[in-house]
Amino acid sequence: MKNYIILLLAVVSLSATAQINTLPVGSKAPDIKLKNIDGKLASFGDFPKAKGFVIVFTCNTCPYAQAYEQRIIALNSISTPLGYPVIAVNPNDPEISKGDSFDKMQERATAKKYTFPYLFDPSQKITNLYGAAKTPHLFLARKTDKGLIIEYTGALDDDPQEANASRTHYVEDAIKSLNAGKALTVSSTKAIGCTVARAKNKTSK
Amino acid sequence: MGKLLFLWLLLIVCFCSPAKSQTVSFLKLDGLEQRFEKGKDTVYIVNFWASWCMPCLKELPHFEKLGQSLKESKVKVLLVSLDFKSKLKSAVVPLVKRLKLKNEVYLLDEADQQRYIERIDKQWSGALPATLLVNKTKNKRVFKEQEFTYPELIDFYKQNK
Repeated sequence: MKNYIILLLAVVSLSATAQINTLPVGSKAPDIKLKNIDGKLASFGDFPKAKGFVIVFTCNTCPYAQAYEQRIIALNSISTPLGYPVIAVNPNDPEISKGDSFDKMQERATAKKYTFPYLFDPSQKITNLYGAAKTPHLFLARKTDKGLIIEYTGALDDDPQEANASRTHYVEDAIKSLNAGKALTVSSTKAIGCTVARAKNKTSK
Repeated sequence: MGKLLFLWLLLIVCFCSPAKSQTVSFLKLDGLEQRFEKGKDTVYIVNFWASWCMPCLKELPHFEKLGQSLKESKVKVLLVSLDFKSKLKSAVVPLVKRLKLKNEVYLLDEADQQRYIERIDKQWSGALPATLLVNKTKNKRVFKEQEFTYPELIDFYKQNK
């Protein structure tokens, strides 16, 4: 009986808080296998030579994500030669955010000439495993003996409004430090973004 | 002559426009803290929103309703926009007018997101909407990174008032 009550309390508190727990630095990056805009499944295995990945949770509809769109494309052109290609995932539930359907993703990626996979996660399984809280939300993961490990999580840079020419490029700097075998100066940052669109009853997985 | 006429017209326009139109002023976090300290109310419900944030726009009317229904109590609803400063006149003010917001509306004037997000609440990822409740008599601060329905918002207030 007592166990039931504890269990019940646990369930209630889980659904009441519905807090998104973002994977902290040092965690293993969960494997990704999702449909890309070309209709094929994409995964980390498609990049055998990569040293790691920049996993970007981003979407079509969020103005903050849109403000960062060109910078994500630019980052990919810098990070891929450094061994860290960009993999973008749209975390939004397309039932709630109509502008984030698979068709609309294809449209946007074509129109804006995305140079990286843009993956669809309608069940939000991967989104919840990473604990992506908002768009854009980035994770930098590095291949190690212990698997793919998250080295950085947060924003792309410290200048959402593009108001400061001498902005700090968090992700780019982190990749350069990793390649130089140095410790990261910044391993997690916070930034304003659009909450990932989740159905209320789906929030607590 | 032309200039004078323009001035007169301007004057007429100014006086004819409704006297009680809502204003939106810039606010620093220090200013927000002072608003709590110096204000006569005991509970402050601060909703962080933005004109581009759809779930925020969905819940704003709930905060309006709550603020207006608690007008006689010592409760104040403050609506703090996190829009870019450059969007004050083009996006924030028109929206405030369109939604006929009666609660106090501010636009946060802080540049360093790393600092201000942490300062508002350590648990906050930066996702919007988000709400902070400050209860001065109970010396209590509660922060929620979520979208509220009206019943949820009432419960949240009742639990922490």
